[in-house]
Amino acid sequence: MKDQNAYEEFIKGVWRDNPVFVQVLGMCPMLAVTNSAINAIVMGAATLFVLVGSSFLVASFKNLIPKQVRISLYVIIIATFVTVADYTLLALLPKVHKELGAFIPLIVANCMILGRQEAFASRHSIRFAVLDALGMSSGFMLALLALGSVREILGSGSLFNVPLFGADFEPWVIMILPPGGFLTLGLLLLFFNWVTARRAAFLEQVAAAEREGL
Amino acid sequence: MASKDPHLLLQSAPMLRQGLTTPQAMRDVLYALTPIVLAALWFFGLGALLLLLVSVAGAVLTEWVFTPPERRREALADNSAALTGLLLALTLPPALPLWMAFLGAVVAVGLGKVIWGGLGGNLFNPALVGRAFLLGTFPIAMTTWVSPVGPDGFFDLSSSLFALPFHAPAYDAVSSATPLGLMKFQQQGTDISRLLIGNTSGSLGETSGLLLVLGGLYLWLRRDLDWRIPAGIFAAAGLFSLILFLVDGSRFPNPFFTLFSGGLLLGAIYMATDPVTSPVTPRGAWIFGLGIGLLAVLIRMFGGFPEGMMYAILLMNAATPLIDRYTQPRVFGRKERSR
Repeated sequence: MKDQNAYEEFIKGVWRDNPVFVQVLGMCPMLAVTNSAINAIVMGAATLFVLVGSSFLVASFKNLIPKQVRISLYVIIIATFVTVADYTLLALLPKVHKELGAFIPLIVANCMILGRQEAFASRHSIRFAVLDALGMSSGFMLALLALGSVREILGSGSLFNVPLFGADFEPWVIMILPPGGFLTLGLLLLFFNWVTARRAAFLEQVAAAEREGL
Repeated sequence: MASKDPHLLLQSAPMLRQGLTTPQAMRDVLYALTPIVLAALWFFGLGALLLLLVSVAGAVLTEWVFTPPERRREALADNSAALTGLLLALTLPPALPLWMAFLGAVVAVGLGKVIWGGLGGNLFNPALVGRAFLLGTFPIAMTTWVSPVGPDGFFDLSSSLFALPFHAPAYDAVSSATPLGLMKFQQQGTDISRLLIGNTSGSLGETSGLLLVLGGLYLWLRRDLDWRIPAGIFAAAGLFSLILFLVDGSRFPNPFFTLFSGGLLLGAIYMATDPVTSPVTPRGAWIFGLGIGLLAVLIRMFGGFPEGMMYAILLMNAATPLIDRYTQPRVFGRKERSR
């Protein structure tokens, strides 16, 4: 029973409550840094580190944090992890760090992270908080990767900097520019909603058929 | 669609009057475009025909695919998708690869119209949405112009037309700048007579000033377009460029050149007047037209692009709901305007 719950807390962030496609949170990094798959992965990893770390800390200290100042405390905790992620990236991957630029420090302002602290980590056990953070950031990373892959494949004709097509490929310049981010995100959201609607309709049909059968 | 003069529409007794239907308005526009299409064939040869066909096919196919089966017949019967495809093709350079034209038509109808809920729901002119997408996506192919081949070279097909999908085109024809490009980058004018006839390089349907005006007159006589919009565009563009010309005649073209070059006529007569994306009120139509003329000249003279008509229309399209809101006529009997 308990294991099933834990699995549920993890998987809801990946699909049913996906932070990007369902909650439409964290749009700023989503649109700004997804012009290549590498940038998307690094951004996703940094966000995962920050979210898991701060969810762990907030869940650990939830009984010590006074209600009146909780938001500012969450922000300080998140900012600490963002600083660690920022300097780590600068040391390990200076090139990607330069490309992501201001968007690494801006993870602080990612409403998905603050939202998870307020809505989940501060009310659940450490174990569930960490599982929830892992699920949410995996969902976030998947969404970033989906957007980044589409934009890199169409916009540069490559994936993870590996050319996919011949030299003759005509790049879709718009895809690596800001409008391409909006277009791709909109189309992905459209697709997600369409799949969800189809699934709901299908389940309803099955339920109706079962009622008739009985 | 019909005249926007309110007192012409007030009727009391039951009168038999065939109103202007959407399919009829679309047919009129298609008739008005016929000479322009023929001119495109005359100047740019068989390649123009292929581009037109591919673009229309792409637009109609997209409308068919994304419309629910029970509404397909009705949605296709009014020819609006075909008209969007045709208008898009008329704004494309003559040597554009066919696959790009197809993609542009898919975006024009898919993102420009269907996604907003079909005809009547779209905020932006669908054909220009397709063109804006193409210009942003393939900036080089969309600004590579070839000179008109004329009737002798009718069957000379540029190999760039047949570039495989997702492949870059290879140009064999000599590229040549449009009159606007010559003006912007080399300060070199073009004869007005050539601009009137259309024997210049440029998009398929924008070169022949005379035929465009003729089609516009036909639409005006048939009451298919609101004359205030093109009049506003011509007035603003003409006046603004006259002022600039008087200030510095060596740097800025004369107003006639401004009016008859590039896509100003095509845009003013056939695209800005789209009843879906232009204001409903007479005063709104004036504001809309004047805004487009001003923006187009502003972009042409001081922007990075040689031509600004497309962005001018799209920008004013975005302002249309606001214009409609602020120019609502006073309700009869009330003192204050009803908001």
